[in-house]
Amino acid sequence: MQVPAYVDYERATSVEHALALLARYGPGARVLAGGHSLIPMMKLRLAQPETLIDINPLTELDYVRLDGGELRIGALTRHAGLLGSPLAGAAAPILHDAERVIADPVVRLWGTVGGSLCQADPSEDLSAAFAALKATMVIAGPGGERTVPARMFHTGPYETVVAPGELLTEIRVPVAPGGGSAYVKVGRRAGDWPVGAAGAAVRLDGNVITSAGIGLTAVGAEHFCAAEAEEALRGAPATEESFARAGRLAAEHCRPVTDQRGPADYKRHLAAELTVRALRRAADRARGPGRGA
Amino acid sequence: MNGAERTAEVEPRLLLIHLLRDHLGLTGSHWGCDTSNCGACVVLLDGKPVKSCTVLAAMADGHRVRTVEDLERDGRLDPVQEGFARCHGLQCGFCTPGMMLTASWLLDHDPDPSPAAIREALSGQVCRCTGYENIVRAVRWAAARRGAGPR
Repeated sequence: MQVPAYVDYERATSVEHALALLARYGPGARVLAGGHSLIPMMKLRLAQPETLIDINPLTELDYVRLDGGELRIGALTRHAGLLGSPLAGAAAPILHDAERVIADPVVRLWGTVGGSLCQADPSEDLSAAFAALKATMVIAGPGGERTVPARMFHTGPYETVVAPGELLTEIRVPVAPGGGSAYVKVGRRAGDWPVGAAGAAVRLDGNVITSAGIGLTAVGAEHFCAAEAEEALRGAPATEESFARAGRLAAEHCRPVTDQRGPADYKRHLAAELTVRALRRAADRARGPGRGA
Repeated sequence: MNGAERTAEVEPRLLLIHLLRDHLGLTGSHWGCDTSNCGACVVLLDGKPVKSCTVLAAMADGHRVRTVEDLERDGRLDPVQEGFARCHGLQCGFCTPGMMLTASWLLDHDPDPSPAAIREALSGQVCRCTGYENIVRAVRWAAARRGAGPR
């Protein structure tokens, strides 16, 4: 039987209250959202917080809306909420592609977008999707709010820039016409973590790529992105040749490791192939009518 | 708790599944993999299925919990239960309570689900007897019964 170790529990009733509780309990406190990563980690003693600050009552952090040219996603939005949002699907279809293959429908009802990002698993899907979208994270703390680019959010496996005493509150995704995005994942079975996955967000002017974002997960890509491949795509035509070159660059610069999900060379192959497939689909969507990022 | 208020004093670390089974004596919910993979422990929390091995009992404080014990009403089986019985949707029965509760939630939102929609909804739950074909038939049967009867 797996049960968490002894822990104290506090329930926050507002963002201010959550920050006050985090300040009171210090570095031994952990934020509890959906709990679908944290509670399994506590059972295994991989996480041993002294106090849980339950933020589930903070419904003010559960929203998806368009505001000032940005898609804004509250950190407590459930995976099912993001997947069920037509706004998100239209503005950034990569998010729906990714959400469809995160865990299973029951887990998606409870797990949260912010929780997944803060868990910072090196195989997490949304980390790659938001890296591809060049999103911005909004973090609340005792001194007010600060923003951090998605690509600077993770500092290592299971580590982020969110300091003790701080709370991720929102993710902002830039949305502009002429964009298209997509996410492609290979897993061993339904609902599993990826063996490898890639996301792409491109903007086209005619058939010229004016900007490209490529997110990679589970393959040891620095900051969940493929900067060299993105650089090679800027100003290039949106063709199979360009995508293949980007795939090769993405594979060259990632550092996958062999584990129970597959050997490193296979994951490197996936990094290349899935980058190509994500770019192809993202470009198709960018060419389609009425698409956002 | 199944329509009645229940009070228990528990440690913060107590999981909801253990509150149900060990403190409240509701052993219809099964405790399976302990890793939120198998779905044997699924109950409805505020009407939505949840793997109760991955929720603290404290998180359910003040919320509505519904378990398999509450499906039958006044001696009448819920259409989902009747479907599982008629279509042989269970063999050993270990996964059945969780399967039925998720199926019941699915039918609340999609009264006429396709076999593919049923498989997707139940994809986070494991039947080690591999009785999936009959489980899908059972849910289809329940959908037809619910559609035909008074809502």
